[in-house]
Amino acid sequence: MDLLELTIKDTIEALKDKTFSCLELTKETFSNIKKNDKKINAFLTLDEENALKQAKEYDDLIKEDAQIFDKKPLLGVPVAVKDLFTTEGIRTTAGSKIIGDYIPPFNSTVIKKLLAAGAIITGKTNQDAWGHGSSGENTDYEPTKNPYDLTRVPGGSSSGSGAAVAYGASLVGTGTDTGSSVRLPAGFCNLVGLKPTYGRVSRYGIIAMASSFDTIGHMTKTVYDNAKVLEVTAGVDPYDSTTVPEKVGSYTKVLGQSIKGLKIGLPKEYFVEGLDKKIDESIRNSLQVFEKLGATIQEISLPYTDYAMAAYYILVPSEVSSNLSRFDGVRYGKAREVFGAEAKRRIMLGSYTLSSGYYDAYYLKAAKVRTLIKQDFEKAFEKVDVIVAPTSPTLPFKIGEKTDDPLAMYLSDIFLCPVNLAGIPGLSIQSGFVDDLPVGMQLMGPQFSEELLYKTAYLFEKETEYYKIHPKFKNG
Amino acid sequence: MDKKYQPIIGMEVHVELKTASKMFCSCKNDPFHAGKPNVYTCPVCLGLPGALPVANKKAIEWTIKLGLALGCKINSLSKFDRKHYFYPDLPKGYQISQYDLPFCYQGKVETPLGLVGITRVHLEEDTGKLIHQEVDGQNVSLIDFNRSSVPLVEIVTEPEIYSAAQAKEYAKKLRQIVRYLDISDADMEKGGMRLEANISLLNVDSQMTNDKPISNLKLPNYKVELKNINSFRFLERGIEYEIERQKEILEKGETPIQETRGFNAEKNRTYSQRTKEEAADYRYFPDPDLPPINIDSKWLGEITKSNPVDFDLRLKSWQEEYRLKPELVELLFETASDADRLDEMFATATKEKLSVEKLVNAMVHKKIKTIAEFKKLTSVDEVSDEFLLDIIKKVLLANPKAVVDYKAGKTNVINFLVGMVMREAKKKIEFNRLVGLIKKSLA
Repeated sequence: MDLLELTIKDTIEALKDKTFSCLELTKETFSNIKKNDKKINAFLTLDEENALKQAKEYDDLIKEDAQIFDKKPLLGVPVAVKDLFTTEGIRTTAGSKIIGDYIPPFNSTVIKKLLAAGAIITGKTNQDAWGHGSSGENTDYEPTKNPYDLTRVPGGSSSGSGAAVAYGASLVGTGTDTGSSVRLPAGFCNLVGLKPTYGRVSRYGIIAMASSFDTIGHMTKTVYDNAKVLEVTAGVDPYDSTTVPEKVGSYTKVLGQSIKGLKIGLPKEYFVEGLDKKIDESIRNSLQVFEKLGATIQEISLPYTDYAMAAYYILVPSEVSSNLSRFDGVRYGKAREVFGAEAKRRIMLGSYTLSSGYYDAYYLKAAKVRTLIKQDFEKAFEKVDVIVAPTSPTLPFKIGEKTDDPLAMYLSDIFLCPVNLAGIPGLSIQSGFVDDLPVGMQLMGPQFSEELLYKTAYLFEKETEYYKIHPKFKNG
Repeated sequence: MDKKYQPIIGMEVHVELKTASKMFCSCKNDPFHAGKPNVYTCPVCLGLPGALPVANKKAIEWTIKLGLALGCKINSLSKFDRKHYFYPDLPKGYQISQYDLPFCYQGKVETPLGLVGITRVHLEEDTGKLIHQEVDGQNVSLIDFNRSSVPLVEIVTEPEIYSAAQAKEYAKKLRQIVRYLDISDADMEKGGMRLEANISLLNVDSQMTNDKPISNLKLPNYKVELKNINSFRFLERGIEYEIERQKEILEKGETPIQETRGFNAEKNRTYSQRTKEEAADYRYFPDPDLPPINIDSKWLGEITKSNPVDFDLRLKSWQEEYRLKPELVELLFETASDADRLDEMFATATKEKLSVEKLVNAMVHKKIKTIAEFKKLTSVDEVSDEFLLDIIKKVLLANPKAVVDYKAGKTNVINFLVGMVMREAKKKIEFNRLVGLIKKSLA
């Protein structure tokens, strides 16, 4: 088997046909990790023993029960889990040193669902500590590298999950997306990355960054794979009051349906100075593919875009400062000075914006701007079905390039954060390659429009097949 | 107290609700009977990373019930907020509480010493409990999270309590109402009900007040918080002490320090615990984990309907119907369902032509519990006048001194003679009948 080529779809077929067994796949996966992860740093913790045990059990199950794949749709699928996801008995660090020794006594809801569906956890992946970052460099450990070019970042904050899927170390990488953290690594690593509608996937057991922004997504090589995983993870959870009892879509069933007549909007505020010309060109080429598929393209306006980043960087640190309070130095064994620079920066910013006398001027005003941004999108979706924009204004940048300039780092997310302010879904797919580096393209839709986004992305992917291009560990 | 200084007191009372489960998780809510520390805990009430709160609907309903019983208005849109501070018994680094949209606001409580306005009633979670003790020869602090996230209601009054006695009356009345609604045991010794009083003295002279009501005066520019009081008596004594202490300071032309003080019952004095130079900044903001709560008219209607007859109205109706003294009859019940049972008893007694007033007297003083017991207690044996006169004659002969005393005007001696006759007769005889017969014999 070629792990770089393998998808979930292929794997299920191969397991059914007995081309290979769960155990063979799991062993092959771990031998790949052992061979390559020293270079990539995708994983912080591996769970090989459990994974192998589980794989053996599943091989027995396959022999016993021909219908097992209907009951366990992700049977045998190796999943790399972002380290913000609480995993029972497996060290969960959030990419930080403060809880570097923390072994949770419970599983997050999404992990429970993935395990019940037959997925096999390979390990816990590296990330910007607490999810604070766009490159993976804010990890308290060694930063993850981009398998397409080891001198470049894989995108963050779900950096390890992105890199792991890209180099075949798992078929799914779970992630959280508070401002960009699934879509950016997907864009930088030639993957499909979903930021679902807020309330679509349970946050229970996932270490909170900014609770009203955090969404629980995942990265895969293809649109089909991505849709298949969402069928497992989506749904209302009695342990998360912010999940919504909206019906879970048949995300894989709609794939292949025509998008003739689909109206695509192009926000003029996103195609401005600062956007890499080659990326602009790549997106415009991709739009021609959509037109060929029967969609129409029109320019739209999201007038409050300019205020999005400011509002985001007031509201998010406010919630961050609150959510990180529980690491108070009394529990978990480490004092608060162990927090990394970015966490400290956000705790200070957030404590300030929530302080009495400043609350109205910052938090409350930013909350009002958030409503305006939400309305921007609502108005736009009266005119168009889907909005398309680049995932990032630049190509995957060099490691160290932006670490001294937090503001430049924050601006990597400029096309992604507004989606989190609005709570709508965003799907990052591949627009192509520039200078041998992946270029991401984001599809945005109204709340709970994941079916539509998948349907649209699937036909595009079928035309372009960028997922067939694999990383070559350049400069490695 | 001279009228130069008028005490101005506001109270904050915390009451733990006795819902089956905790405020934001399904752990058992029974911290006082847990037996061992940290047995009723889960990721949510331990504040483990990733755990999320889910609000207890019953606790919300009970808070609204209490608000309704205190005559409060109910916010149709309410929410939970995070209140941040660091303390070892607070595992999340913030307490989930309510800031600007409490469930209930603007109510009142009648006390024998005047009306007390209720500012707000809100719902929050209790903290864990710190235990400082010696383990293996070392002084350590231990934390018990059985109490962590137990639903806690806070009732805040206006600064409209004007004496230590009224503060005590208010607190007693509040506990009575809470117990009547059967939403809390309000056990003060265990900490199920906790009292705090904010006390300051208003210099009345300086504000030239002739006929101005106190509530229109400008409040003093300081206040002292009396905290951790676990009995009504200590509350009263603590406030009394504070009033004297502050008066002395003011007389010297100084202003008492803004601080938190505790009460030492042995020394009968308050002592400084913590000075508050500035108000703490709790950085309140809406808890993003808990969606805002709509209390629509349908839900509010259901809660209103489930509320029992108003406590005061009930006592008033008994007073009117049966001439029952409130301070007496209120010794006979705690919860509304106890009161319902009393109501039924009173109706039965009335139907059987028994005196409800006497029934209540017997229930309070003779500890009887049923109408049957009451009947037995009040029944008299059938005996003839002749039989009794015969015994009286014997008793008078045996007690010549009593007869002399009676004739000398000491009429009280008749009670002694009644007792002697009853003893001799070994029967239950109506008191007044015996008095009449003895008087007749003595004449």
